[in-house]
Amino acid sequence: MTLTSGSVYAVLASGMSLIFGVAHIVNLAHTAFYVLAAYFLWYFFNVLGLHPAASVAITLAATTGLGMLSYRFLLDRVRQHPQVVLLLTIALAMLIQEILLGTFEAHLRTVYPPLLPAGTVSIFGVTVQIQQLVIMGAVAVIMVGLWLFLSRTKAGVAVRATANDAEVASLMGISVSRTLLMVMGLGTALAGIAAMLISSTWVFYPWAWSPSLVMILAIIVLGGLGSIKGSILGAYIIALAETLLVSLAPQYGYLKTAVALAAMVIVLSLRPGGLFGIVFEEEKL
Amino acid sequence: MFRRLLKDFRWGVIPVPGRLIAVIFFVVLFILPLLGASRYMLLILSLACINAIFAVSWDVLSGYSGQVNFGQALFFGAGAYGSALLYKYAGLPPGAAIPLGAVAAALLGIVTCFPALRLRGPYLSLITLAFPLLFQELVRGFDVTGGYLGIRGLPELATTPAGRYYVCLVVMTVAVLIMWKLTDAGSKYVRTGLIFHAIREDEIAARATGINTINYKILAFAIGGFFGGIAGGLYAHLIGTAGYAAFSMTRSFEAIIWVIFGGMVSIYGAVAGVFALYPLVQSLTGTVVGSYNYVIMTVLVICILLFMPEGVAVWIRDKIERECPRCKLTNAAWRRTCRACGASLH
Repeated sequence: MTLTSGSVYAVLASGMSLIFGVAHIVNLAHTAFYVLAAYFLWYFFNVLGLHPAASVAITLAATTGLGMLSYRFLLDRVRQHPQVVLLLTIALAMLIQEILLGTFEAHLRTVYPPLLPAGTVSIFGVTVQIQQLVIMGAVAVIMVGLWLFLSRTKAGVAVRATANDAEVASLMGISVSRTLLMVMGLGTALAGIAAMLISSTWVFYPWAWSPSLVMILAIIVLGGLGSIKGSILGAYIIALAETLLVSLAPQYGYLKTAVALAAMVIVLSLRPGGLFGIVFEEEKL
Repeated sequence: MFRRLLKDFRWGVIPVPGRLIAVIFFVVLFILPLLGASRYMLLILSLACINAIFAVSWDVLSGYSGQVNFGQALFFGAGAYGSALLYKYAGLPPGAAIPLGAVAAALLGIVTCFPALRLRGPYLSLITLAFPLLFQELVRGFDVTGGYLGIRGLPELATTPAGRYYVCLVVMTVAVLIMWKLTDAGSKYVRTGLIFHAIREDEIAARATGINTINYKILAFAIGGFFGGIAGGLYAHLIGTAGYAAFSMTRSFEAIIWVIFGGMVSIYGAVAGVFALYPLVQSLTGTVVGSYNYVIMTVLVICILLFMPEGVAVWIRDKIERECPRCKLTNAAWRRTCRACGASLH
């Protein structure tokens, strides 16, 4: 339980962390793309009845494309002004929510039948659902892939250079705008993948982005904004706290967001940069 | 006193189109019930007054002092629940419960700003986003605050719709005037406005000139919290219920949308934003575009952020007013020469 939800949180949070770390954009619309991807999958698979593989591919392409479009036409113009970015991404998230609400109405939706295989297997005497194994395996593959991309490819080097110092990177012949566009696409693709992985157990609705956003914020602030390592660790910590609360004190299960937020507030008060955060020069006042 | 007021009006208001519009706007608001406005219209306008207090309180904290707060609903909810709890357990009438609830909201603002003071930029916005959601879960979870249903059956502000409207309007006028004076950078008596501007523009420079920026940030949170709490208390007593939705994220963001539409760092911009957008969105509900009114609103906000970052009200003001280059007096844009010193305005 901890491991599955933690893994999905990790994918989602690392996408947002990547965007912040490289582009210094706090993309509050990140979870809106996550919900949007779930709706796309539901629409292509359940409404239009496409083949699962086709639905997954179209969903991924559509989500990534929308993320890149929103960067190209909206965020690229204002990325120098962090406050405007926050406001713009919130407006974008509300826009996605309202469009979903207007198009698909305020019903609870779920992708059925689940795309991932059902059933259980027994490992060392512990019964595990195959779904959960697939999710964990997929997350591991994605994380290793992301790490290889960032450390071994030329594009990955460009991304890291831009994250370190965008000005110097552009002097070295890296197109900052194009790199950031790619990062935004990658980030939203990760959000889309997270939505697909959790689709078999997730019941979603148009304003599902705000509770997920709160969890993700708690996670990435806990881990340190902009640090992928930190957000993966943060995801498992928050998921563990959530599971512990629900299993030890089920009657207080509704407080799980409060617990996550309290953890975030405590960490921020003690260590303003999070566990592995980037502390900017101007912040050392 | 009266003659001085008349003189101010004759020379300070009539020649400046922006001030004239503001005065006419308030006069119209005050005589509207006498012109026979419907019950529904008065309710919408009362809510607009409350939202105006709320939006201006956000603007004072986030626009003027630059501490962009994404959780202004914390103060709204604290004011609503504060006054409701005071009624439920101490039996206080609205006149006493609302100010005390607002004081509670201001205290909450001071308490929450301690972790927030160590942070700036996006971190501050993110942590302030968390507080109202935390409280939303708490008030929903405990019986003291009525759980999911909230605290119901609060006494009304007045017995007639026009009476309720006047209560909201008068409180709004007084609150907006106080906040305007507190943030007026050119004021000879209150320094807070100038200091808030300094903190927003360059906090390090403000510190270097000997301003204790921490104290003034706390003050900004207290002011924003107090007036946000007033708005929340009025709202709870107007609709008779203090519900957990008062803490919702939507409420925080609505205030931000209104202020951005009207123009940040300007009190009149916030008020104009609320009175332009809120009745419009309410009147669109139930029509063909009804289910898409928030889509229109958010698209509008995105366009304004991209193309008109100073806001609509400020943009209009810049079109109809011009500052004299010599004596810095505000003139109507269609004048050729300054009305006081005669310098050319071109």
